[in-house]
Amino acid sequence: MSAFVTLNNVSKTFDVSAPWLNRVIERKPPSYLQAVSDVSFDIRKGETLALVGESGCGKSTVARLIVGLYQPTKGMITVDGKDMRLVDQTGESSQALRRKVQMIFQDPYASLNPRWRVADIVAEPIRTHKLLTDNAAIDKRVAELLGYVKLTAKDGEKFPHQFSGGQRQRISIARALASNPEFLICDEPTSALDVSVQAQVLNLMKDLQREMGLTYLFISHNLQVVHHISDRVGVMYLGRIVEIGDKKQVFGDPQHPYTRMLLDAIPDLKMTGKARTPVAGEVPNPLNPPSGCAFNPRCPKKFGPCDKDRPQLIQFKDRQVACHAAV
Amino acid sequence: MDTLKRFFDGDIWWSFKQSPLTIGASIVALICILGAVLSPLLAPHNPYDLAQISLLNSNLPPSWMKEGVASFPIGTDQQGRDILSTIMYGSRVSLLVAVSAVLMSIVMGVSLGLLSGYVGGRLDSFIMRIADIQLSFPAILVALLLAGVGRQFLPRDQQDSLAIYVIVFSIGLTGWVQYARTVRGSALVEKSKEYVQAARVIGVSKWRIMVKHVLPNVLGPVLVIATLNVATAILTEATLSFLGVGMPPTQPSLGTLINEGQNFLLSGEWWLTFFPGLALVAMVMSVNLVGDWLRDALNPKLR
Amino acid sequence: MSNAPVLEVKDIHIEFPTRRGVLKAVDGVSFSIAPGEVLGVVGESGAGKSLTGAAIIGLLEPPGRVASGEILLEGKRIDNLPYEEMRKIRGRQIGAIFQDPLTSLNPLYTVGRQLTETILTHLEMSREQALERAIKLLEEVGIPAARERIEHYPHQFSGGMRQRVVIALALAAEPKVIIADEPTTALDVSIQAQIITLLKRLCRDHGTSVMLVTHDMGVIAETADRVAVMYAGRVAEIGPVSEVIHNPQHPYTMGLMGSIPEFDTHRERLIQIDGAMPRLDSIPQGCAFNPRCTQVFDRCKTERPELLVAGKTRAACWLHAK
Repeated sequence: MSAFVTLNNVSKTFDVSAPWLNRVIERKPPSYLQAVSDVSFDIRKGETLALVGESGCGKSTVARLIVGLYQPTKGMITVDGKDMRLVDQTGESSQALRRKVQMIFQDPYASLNPRWRVADIVAEPIRTHKLLTDNAAIDKRVAELLGYVKLTAKDGEKFPHQFSGGQRQRISIARALASNPEFLICDEPTSALDVSVQAQVLNLMKDLQREMGLTYLFISHNLQVVHHISDRVGVMYLGRIVEIGDKKQVFGDPQHPYTRMLLDAIPDLKMTGKARTPVAGEVPNPLNPPSGCAFNPRCPKKFGPCDKDRPQLIQFKDRQVACHAAV
Repeated sequence: MDTLKRFFDGDIWWSFKQSPLTIGASIVALICILGAVLSPLLAPHNPYDLAQISLLNSNLPPSWMKEGVASFPIGTDQQGRDILSTIMYGSRVSLLVAVSAVLMSIVMGVSLGLLSGYVGGRLDSFIMRIADIQLSFPAILVALLLAGVGRQFLPRDQQDSLAIYVIVFSIGLTGWVQYARTVRGSALVEKSKEYVQAARVIGVSKWRIMVKHVLPNVLGPVLVIATLNVATAILTEATLSFLGVGMPPTQPSLGTLINEGQNFLLSGEWWLTFFPGLALVAMVMSVNLVGDWLRDALNPKLR
Repeated sequence: MSNAPVLEVKDIHIEFPTRRGVLKAVDGVSFSIAPGEVLGVVGESGAGKSLTGAAIIGLLEPPGRVASGEILLEGKRIDNLPYEEMRKIRGRQIGAIFQDPLTSLNPLYTVGRQLTETILTHLEMSREQALERAIKLLEEVGIPAARERIEHYPHQFSGGMRQRVVIALALAAEPKVIIADEPTTALDVSIQAQIITLLKRLCRDHGTSVMLVTHDMGVIAETADRVAVMYAGRVAEIGPVSEVIHNPQHPYTMGLMGSIPEFDTHRERLIQIDGAMPRLDSIPQGCAFNPRCTQVFDRCKTERPELLVAGKTRAACWLHAK
């Protein structure tokens, strides 16, 4: 199957310098944060790729780059063969691309405008793209969308604050579905929710994917959730992908020491008492990353080249991994 | 109807009922405002109708004093006009000027603040530097300058009739900075929230996001400042009129009345300044108290 | 070790008076913690678990109040103490660890100063001894170069290191009990694992009892000896951790366990509990869980179940009525 979404050596640098006047007076050099470095991957139509990693690893930045909220400093992103830079232009093909790619956000309390009624929130993509113009038809479509996420047309009359976190997240999903997208980017969609509600949302997302043939990019720090929802997994560390491949391969037989460490850090719910390597160290400051492999100061398998050469992402045991030890 | 029901059921109405001081203040404010707005209907006399005034009634003290007359409850001025009526008509002018000036500040400040906060970049720096420069002068000085200079550019015979526009403009122009800064700050916060990002992902245009999404969410603090600023604007107008660059004696505001009355303060006709002054204090203080309450009621942290 | 509980909570009720009537956030919760024991209190947001913790350390935010019930520390009531006396107990006999380390540390003082102040307030020793003890504590919680870092301010530490400082602060006066409210929630997974291990080791070494409040069953499984599952202001089930996890008796606990995605068993769909926890102003009659329960029957809708013996745990569910 051919790739539906492609990222080709995408990098994003943020200018985090102090204001100009302070720089001049305090003689500080400008500083740049390399949030995402040379990230490349494909997502096939109808599959779910998950990106996991700890805070600051760049996974949310990747999500925002794909959807066009940020522009990549380097590299190219295509969806269904079209360059995503197109969405900032006007015209029919730009609108069509815009409709195709939608996003679900992390915080169900901040992602809905508190002053809008739910029906208007869900109808916004329809009105913006003039998918329907007749008000009765819009109402009917909104009711249908709310039905997809197990809410009723009557709920559309209410305001977001009258709903629980899980219900709000479902409203977000209904809004994202309103423009008939093919690709949904989900940025930590369940991490603000309680587990029982998280299960509702995850089940709903799986059902919708099956029924509508959606393609998902799923961003999360929770490995169990990622394991449940995804087909393929990419593990990110300090702006780079360190291991990416089929879920069963990556989680069942991790090849990068960082993936191993993340897996060992998951609390042992079933209390099997299986042996685990203790986790050590913390994520380094991204403004001043270590030389060579960024993971080398925490790595139990560190050897000669690790603090000098940066390992490339290479094909190894049915997945790609960026580690000197994997040869 | 539904909205009304929600309001009386809501937290704001409840917090209003909990505060006797606010209830008192709003009653006083309501009396002042009604008295001013409806002065042509409510005032016992029309002080500017020459047919109704008589020099025979000039300089009468309040009715409870020895020479007082019941039909002029708080006395008359040297032209025989009823002080109560002049105060009511004067309050109307003061209120009109203050409300118009505040509206002008809001329109200017909110739109510039919104642009500054949402668009950012050089436009933001430009608008905010102008605001900084304006803030480095005392507001009253700017208003004084504008009112004084603005007046010189008008033809002499129209100076009095156009005075109200000049004064609204000069007070309005000094007030926008506060709104612009507040709105800019809130716009920066709202801009980073996910619902704005969601609208961008949907493909909503920048202008529509600004007006439909950000604007409704930054107006809360504006309402509070506006209420408090009406009180300040009444005072500014009174000050300008007192200094002689405000409303002309043919269309006197409270400030003009106080200014005129102070000439007679030492000759014993204290009621000429005292009552307009009292009306000014009552109006400004009650509006301020309501504004203070509104600020606390709309602040979720203090609830 | 005596078997008398260090901390006992007896039928505690926490209320919030509002203009629409009194909301019962915690409605008759009882449990006890033995010396050296770690009791996990787990539940979803709004279950009342954090409020219970706050009531024990006497830091319930007004207008919230303990309406009835008793809290006993080593057999002495502490819920009715005046503020000053409670302040002395807090820190000395009950330590606290909160979710956000930044809120428990004063940003204006060095961590050394905060530690020594706490030590000097509660323990009889000289300033030098207190400083030495502070350094020892920082070493114990795994802060490298403790002697230099003691001069640093909280913002100079990373999130994980800050939480270690907070733990050191909680342990500074050798309290009998520590109330830890979501101590790992704000941290990354790899840091979370380190903090859990540390907390577990320290409490074992010092013989400190812990009330661990969290929404994360995984953290409970790793750390606690017993667990209380809370739902809508009440304890739904309480018992030994392995029993509650492997053999839950309350339908809510079963649903909760089933809704956690797992590695070893792959299911296409997770078990989901439909609906949401009721709001405090609309807690259903009878068992609060009845509208979401798959095994509901008539009695559940009218009568409220108390904790009943259910296998090796106790569950507030009519299914276990004899």
